[in-house]
Amino acid sequence: MTQPRPHPDGTMDLLSSYVPQRGCRDEMLAPDGRVTAVWQDFIDHLARLTPDQLTRRFARGDQYLRDAGVLYRQYDDTLSTEREWPLSHVPVIIAQAEWDRIAAGLVERAELLEYVVRDFYGANHLVASGQLPATLLAQNPAWLRPMIGAQPASAGGPDYLTLLSFEIGRGPNGQWWVISDLVEAPSTMGFALENRMAMSRTFPNFFAGSNILRLAGFFQGLQHSLFHLRGRAGGEIALLTPGPMNQSYAEHAYIARYLGLLLVEGEDLVVQNGQAMVRTVAGPKPVSLLWNRLPGAMTDPLELDPDSMLGTPGLLDALRAHHLKTLNAVGAGVLETRALMAFLPQIARQRLGRDLALPNIATWWCGDPDAAAHVSAHADRMMVGSAFSTVPLMADPATQLLEDQVRSSGRQAMQDMLARSGRDLVGQEAVTLSTTPIWQDGGLVARPMSIRVFLARTPRGWTVMPGGYARVSAGQDAKALAMQRGGKVADVWVVSPDPVDRPSLLGEDAAQSRQPALQVALPSRAADNLFWLGRYVERSELNMRIFRAYYARLGDGATHETPLLVWLRERLMQGVAPEAGAMTLLFDAPLSLGLQSARRISDRFSPDGMMALRGLVDNLQALKDRPVPPEDIPREISALLRQITGFSGLVHENMYRSDGWRFLSLGLSIERAANMCDVLAQLTDASAPEGALDLAIEIGDSVVTHRARFSIQARRQSVLDLLGADDQNPRSVRYHVARARRHVDELPAQDRGHVLTGAASRALMLETRLATTALDGLTPEVLGRIRLDLWDLSDSLSASHLV
Amino acid sequence: MIYDIRMSITLNYQYSAGNSRHLLRVQPRAIAGRQRVIAQMTEIAPPPDSRQDQVDFFGNATQAISHRDPHDAMTIRLASRVELLAPAPMLDISPDLPRLRQQWAGLTDLGPDSPLHFLGPSPRLRPNPEIAAFALGAVRPGSTALAHVIALGEALAHGMTFDPTATTVDTDPAEAFALRRGICQDFTHIMILGLRSLGIPAGYASGYLRTLPEGQDRLEGADAMHAWVRAWCGTAQGWVEYDPTNATLVATDHILVGHGRDYADVSPLVGHLRLSGEQTSTQAVDVTLAGP
Repeated sequence: MTQPRPHPDGTMDLLSSYVPQRGCRDEMLAPDGRVTAVWQDFIDHLARLTPDQLTRRFARGDQYLRDAGVLYRQYDDTLSTEREWPLSHVPVIIAQAEWDRIAAGLVERAELLEYVVRDFYGANHLVASGQLPATLLAQNPAWLRPMIGAQPASAGGPDYLTLLSFEIGRGPNGQWWVISDLVEAPSTMGFALENRMAMSRTFPNFFAGSNILRLAGFFQGLQHSLFHLRGRAGGEIALLTPGPMNQSYAEHAYIARYLGLLLVEGEDLVVQNGQAMVRTVAGPKPVSLLWNRLPGAMTDPLELDPDSMLGTPGLLDALRAHHLKTLNAVGAGVLETRALMAFLPQIARQRLGRDLALPNIATWWCGDPDAAAHVSAHADRMMVGSAFSTVPLMADPATQLLEDQVRSSGRQAMQDMLARSGRDLVGQEAVTLSTTPIWQDGGLVARPMSIRVFLARTPRGWTVMPGGYARVSAGQDAKALAMQRGGKVADVWVVSPDPVDRPSLLGEDAAQSRQPALQVALPSRAADNLFWLGRYVERSELNMRIFRAYYARLGDGATHETPLLVWLRERLMQGVAPEAGAMTLLFDAPLSLGLQSARRISDRFSPDGMMALRGLVDNLQALKDRPVPPEDIPREISALLRQITGFSGLVHENMYRSDGWRFLSLGLSIERAANMCDVLAQLTDASAPEGALDLAIEIGDSVVTHRARFSIQARRQSVLDLLGADDQNPRSVRYHVARARRHVDELPAQDRGHVLTGAASRALMLETRLATTALDGLTPEVLGRIRLDLWDLSDSLSASHLV
Repeated sequence: MIYDIRMSITLNYQYSAGNSRHLLRVQPRAIAGRQRVIAQMTEIAPPPDSRQDQVDFFGNATQAISHRDPHDAMTIRLASRVELLAPAPMLDISPDLPRLRQQWAGLTDLGPDSPLHFLGPSPRLRPNPEIAAFALGAVRPGSTALAHVIALGEALAHGMTFDPTATTVDTDPAEAFALRRGICQDFTHIMILGLRSLGIPAGYASGYLRTLPEGQDRLEGADAMHAWVRAWCGTAQGWVEYDPTNATLVATDHILVGHGRDYADVSPLVGHLRLSGEQTSTQAVDVTLAGP
């Protein structure tokens, strides 16, 4: 392929090298090869930019995504990795008139699906009347028997479906097809929004002057629906996520934050007397509406998959008691069954008296001998796969083109397979997708794509998000879809012939308008993670300081066998071996644990804080990966310490004073006070080697203060004063005990009348003990006891607020 | 026959745990014309904060119980008096396998007793070629469905050794089959897989077994809850129950608690609690004759 040649004025000729594949429809070029009207403005805009300008703009969009923490997670067999979000900076553009036809077709399909799923869990008329083979339900693992006969809780009509998405693609004749119905966890809606945010930063001027339909209205409508569905019950509205190990967790966190929903995992919920409750730091709070992002069979380990670690025992009880409603109804995932696509067209004709406006890709269930014969006779353009799978056939790595199978094992083997296990198989026509331009190697190239479209049911009926989430293949094969293997994602622009409403730009106003609506309680698990984040980061910091002090002394001529360093290793470094790698682990391990805790609460933790933490972990990794001469270690560690201080600064300067902040700060204070007790106990010990007191001051980061306040050589008294009893030094035990006590006082009451809770009374007793103990009394034994009391305080906080 | 059934399950947790929830299926169910429940009581200690009696899809009685406060042990005690009515003598009116297949293939009923639920893979049971081959070798081609059931059941009873130490509640039937050893659950699962591979709808029944039948040796599997097979032998014959562990058709020694596709549908106790340590459980069953 040739590179686009710049015009004499520096702009580019983008089209001369753009060659759509033969036999494919292209989104940008009409069949006659000309740019379609809706694309023209954008292509003109693109062509006016110099390659330099373009690079800068693309970088701006990518920067937005990085800052927002939008990453793409990939899974290997054992570990998951994150890579940059693969945004194609070229949108897919569709004219509004065409979009309206798609939207109407999908709404019609959504209504049909509602009818079908209601029948599956109700009268079973479709099976009884022969419109659907009974085995497709009876042997279907997605048909959840405990939900049979259990109507969803009614609030504006007992609907099984409230949120749907559809994967659609366009065939060579221009006709749009539904590739898959996504019912169970219609995900990526949040990513679609993030893509739009990034694109609006990539092409801000173009956006401002364009007639691109905005997405905000859809989300406002969705939010409105959620409140409507909750009804007057008034419990919390929560999004139930499988957790940070799920590839869509970032999206769950984003959409929960955007819509003002509580983000919960299964273990955050308990069911008591048919009522689902979220465990919060202020006690259990009722939940009325759950946007479920777990596979249906995972929602309740008691009645469904007993191996599920993600669900909540008793959740089905709450559903059947009608105290809880889920979106979509648990069990509605049965609609994703591949083989169903073979029967939907006929069911539609029966019900509507005509064909669906937007058909799904042609599908044959091989349990029917005629269908099996058809599949076998047209093997050259058939994909085959499991009838019961809910993964779209063309995106399933297990899918085989029947032709390849015939080639490898022979026609007879294929026919035997269809005869033997036809009931478990479907054939699907291998459709050819349309292509759309992406930017590659400095020019536009045509790549196959499909679009995910999102629908929400509102009190006034179904609405369709005017835009979508396009997935673009990495390769040229127009018959397969799989983003896990290196494709890109693109924003979808629906362009109106008329000017569109400006004020709703990008939905930022939607985000603002919802703020006062929800008073969200802090789930205990989130509080627990914040608490431990504080503790781990603090533990890591202290161990960095000890490590730095150790190597600073090595640099000054001490050896690993110098008594002070031996003492340090034995007393404050867990008896670690005298080598840098082992010592590094002392702060590396807690930092990784801290990052893990932070990941589990990314919905309540600022992207800045997350970035600071991730940056710290990356820099530490880089440090471990290259050889560092021992004399440079103190300097390198100082750089890390500045970063970790920056993180603590963010926590204290930038975080809203919520309960969440309080638990983070509590973790930090308790850990620091307890560790400082240990540092003081070990280094003010009468038998500690020479230099131990100076070491304590250095580890306590109080060299300058000590000099200013005591202007003498360190003595036991001065060290205990400054790092133990001082109530103004943010490195001292007392300072943090006092701060912890104030935090505990502010925590949501646990309703014990006038008597202080265990945590509050422990904190008060600790503070009083410190305030009334003379410096002489701060012996290593007493310090050791205070340290144990602090761990007790931590335990009683866990018991009262975090479990 | 009137039986008194005493059953107890005790769970011990290494560390105490709160917010627990369990689902029980231990009470004999009433079945018109076969099994009459005269009186029964389930006692749980410590007493649960909530307790709900329900009936599941397959018609089995379940009890959902929950405990809020931390506890380190739980005991479930069942006392039940049940009358079993003697069945009519069994005549083989079942069709051969091709006709049996035709009969179920024509069904559109999805009710709990429909054989359609019992044909395919189920939560615990995936088709297994070795078991399918064994089943094929054990039966006489052309015989009736009921004859198939009895032939396969006897072949398993003779080919396998009852051995409570060989397997656990989580052992895969394929593994137990390879060992040719196991307990009633393994015998039952293997026979279900064998019957399904022949095209005979088959499911799992759980319940209690009379400990000491008159004038006979002690039956195997009587000191814990027992399991056996239900097989569908055609529209006329309906469901037939067979105990492969003891190589016998079920008559008046087996008290039914529940049935489903496999163990997962009827496990006596499913529990869920956040545990930081281990959990051990013990079970004791006693079934005595209280009257004719």
